[in-house]
Amino acid sequence: MTNNVIKFLIDGKEYLAKNGTFIIDVARESGIFIPTLCNIPGIKPRGSCRMCTVSVNGRYMSACTTPISEGMDVRTNTPDLIDLRKAILEIMFVEGNHICPVCEKSGNCDLQALGYRYQILVSRFPHQYPKRTIDALNPHLIKDHNRCILCKRCIRTIKDEQGRGFFAFHKRGHKIEISIDHSMNELLTEEVAQRAVDICPTGALLKKESGYQTPISNRKYERTPIGSDIEHAHQ
Amino acid sequence: MKNAFPDSTDELEIGEIVYQDTMIDTVRDILKKYDHNPTRLMDILIDTQSEFGYIQPLIVAEISRQLNISNVDIEQTLSFYHFFSTKPTGKYTVYLNNSVIANMMGREDVARTFEREAGCKFGEVSADGLIGLFSTSCIGMSDQEPAALINGTVFTMLTPFRVKEIIRDLKGGKKLDEIIVEGLGDGANALPEINSMVHNNIRKKGPILADGYKPGEALKKIMKIKPEEVIAEVKLSNIRGRGGAGFPTGMKWEICRNAPSDEKYIFCNADEGEPGTFKDRVILTEYPKMLMEGMAIAGYAVGAKKGILYVRHEYKYLQEYLEKIIEGGRKKNYLGRNICGKEGFDFDIRIQFGAGAYVCGEESALIESAEGKRGEPRDRPPFPVESGYLQKPTIVNNVETLCSIVKIVNHGALWYRSMGTKESSGTKVISISGDCKYSGVYEIEWGFSVTDVLEMVGASDVQAVQVGGPSGTLIGQNEFNRTLSYTDLSTGGSIIIFNKQRDLIKDVVLNFTNFFIDESCGSCTTCRNIPVMLRQKLEKILNARGVQKDIEDMIEWAKVLKASRCGLGLTAANPIVTSIRNFRPLYDKKIQHGKEYDSNFDMLAAVKESCDAVGRVPNIHSN
Repeated sequence: MTNNVIKFLIDGKEYLAKNGTFIIDVARESGIFIPTLCNIPGIKPRGSCRMCTVSVNGRYMSACTTPISEGMDVRTNTPDLIDLRKAILEIMFVEGNHICPVCEKSGNCDLQALGYRYQILVSRFPHQYPKRTIDALNPHLIKDHNRCILCKRCIRTIKDEQGRGFFAFHKRGHKIEISIDHSMNELLTEEVAQRAVDICPTGALLKKESGYQTPISNRKYERTPIGSDIEHAHQ
Repeated sequence: MKNAFPDSTDELEIGEIVYQDTMIDTVRDILKKYDHNPTRLMDILIDTQSEFGYIQPLIVAEISRQLNISNVDIEQTLSFYHFFSTKPTGKYTVYLNNSVIANMMGREDVARTFEREAGCKFGEVSADGLIGLFSTSCIGMSDQEPAALINGTVFTMLTPFRVKEIIRDLKGGKKLDEIIVEGLGDGANALPEINSMVHNNIRKKGPILADGYKPGEALKKIMKIKPEEVIAEVKLSNIRGRGGAGFPTGMKWEICRNAPSDEKYIFCNADEGEPGTFKDRVILTEYPKMLMEGMAIAGYAVGAKKGILYVRHEYKYLQEYLEKIIEGGRKKNYLGRNICGKEGFDFDIRIQFGAGAYVCGEESALIESAEGKRGEPRDRPPFPVESGYLQKPTIVNNVETLCSIVKIVNHGALWYRSMGTKESSGTKVISISGDCKYSGVYEIEWGFSVTDVLEMVGASDVQAVQVGGPSGTLIGQNEFNRTLSYTDLSTGGSIIIFNKQRDLIKDVVLNFTNFFIDESCGSCTTCRNIPVMLRQKLEKILNARGVQKDIEDMIEWAKVLKASRCGLGLTAANPIVTSIRNFRPLYDKKIQHGKEYDSNFDMLAAVKESCDAVGRVPNIHSN
């Protein structure tokens, strides 16, 4: 048991953890917040948003997919990394068409919350204003590609009883989008739709015929800014 | 009210229904051929595509039903690969290469002639459905460009005149092999099972490409020694991966051998997609037996019984030939059970074709693809040597690496190390193309300088050399004394030469950037977006709207790509970054000086549509 526990550094401080634990999980348990938009604790990570990029022995790695190992020197908060994460967030804001002030997800949105945390006022990148579609064919669900950051959370978690996916990537590169299998519409029940909406970090997946159940100003990140729960738990 | 989801047989004529039934039967036969195995989805789709020319929703639904996976799970693979289509692509589907070398060799005139003669634009199918015109990334024919694939058959050295003839003959009902008038290529290209006009252009032979190779010699030799000793010999030779990444091969084999598992796999990576590389195509054509032998040796060394040769779709014209070679290997007992009479040494090979995706050259993406999925690189760890194909320990080695191993076994590690340099032992097979007299394949020892290479291939008036393809480095004259090696200028095999008449930014850097945009898998936020925005900057500069800040922005924005998962994302800005570093004056010449900011907004263009609509002459005040 003891040889399973290893020693490593995060931001210069020494920590112990079980060998093989992902860096992002070790950090969370140690009160260090590493932002992520695609990771879901307990589900196999995918490392697609790249927000959790940290420096491991001087090399950039995604903290959600990299297991901690003996003697690692992990940096989570250098000025370069903070600027890198800001850049990645800014990319997401210009890649799609985001409408925070009128979005149903406002206040519950991870992307918006991180935007505030990283104090993004304006993007260094030009807005792309892509032409994107809305898919409202399912009776319970609206998929707005304008607000999708392609994190793959819905693809990875929402499946039917036989393990068949309701969601999948379509095409590749900057033309990539997420498609819904409408031949499985009957299996995509209200309950499944709710799970999909809850797992979506932005307002790309929304429930039909309901909204604003929780009033603005009373929502998740309006009460507890993103990351503060992790940081305060250890103070 | 009309049904929002009409039954697919609605409004169809009886004839069409019958056709659909036979189509479904064909799909069922294909599925049976692959044991209804979802991990063979690539093969299922490749066969379906080649049977019908495209894969329509009806077929997707049938495959989905039979494999018990959702439609979207099939479509995610289908829509990922360049050579799959959900719409008709014409009885004859032309894929004309759009690489930088094709352009240099006159692609533009060839493309316009195709359009004129076929009567449709690129990306379209002619009205009679006979000819479809499409562009594609480098097809591995850089020493005989412009080149195109027509229904998989390679046409090289195209001229507008030849294009006229080809289209005329296709319209006249001639078969594809009847319209090759140039004669067949050299070596095995002329064999009936290849029957291709492709040329090898082997210009310089070293130990790998040497004549007099005797199949089976190395296999018989290793039968007498233990697998560990084979690995020790490979380690001693100091050979590193020849595909470009340069990982020590012996170490890879050792980790895989030590990984506990009931099953292991040997992959040969023949997905050479780096523009300007074509040496693996030549090895596959002339030395496939050596390659198979190298795979079997790897199998023996790490304890794998199964090998998969992953070949890019562009080389599908070699399929019959390669299958025949494998069959021949089985007959000689170089493959199969109890190889060379050695009890318990079983090893066999199957071929897996890709379907058009550069990123599948990355080893974990290649494995994903072979499992029937999108070619998205995996997160590492775990590395393929621990958990690869079907989660089993897997070795992925380049074609040339595996052939080199055969020679190392035959002649010894120390012989191998007597060639090349201390850190880069042995030889390298390189593909040279662009502005030179003798483009083709050369096998040289590591340690040659760029100047040596330029003299060797008859290049003069050289402005720049791209070493290692678009993901490599663009260097100028002041660096031609640098040497080809893992410690200086590393290359997987692509060297492209540009003379002083070329516009490096417009002809080269923009083309390479477009290549990375087309080939990104799209999984990482960084790689999906940064190259697109860098292209916008390049275009701004090429349109004479650029300012100093645009160059600085490109350098800064490129750094964001360092957060990408795989080599494609990490190197996607290399054309821009290395050309700015080494050819800064070319950029400075194109930007506006004495101006700090340019919005790149074109008022005239912006109001053109509305002015046209109301018949107004724009009256724009310039500042």
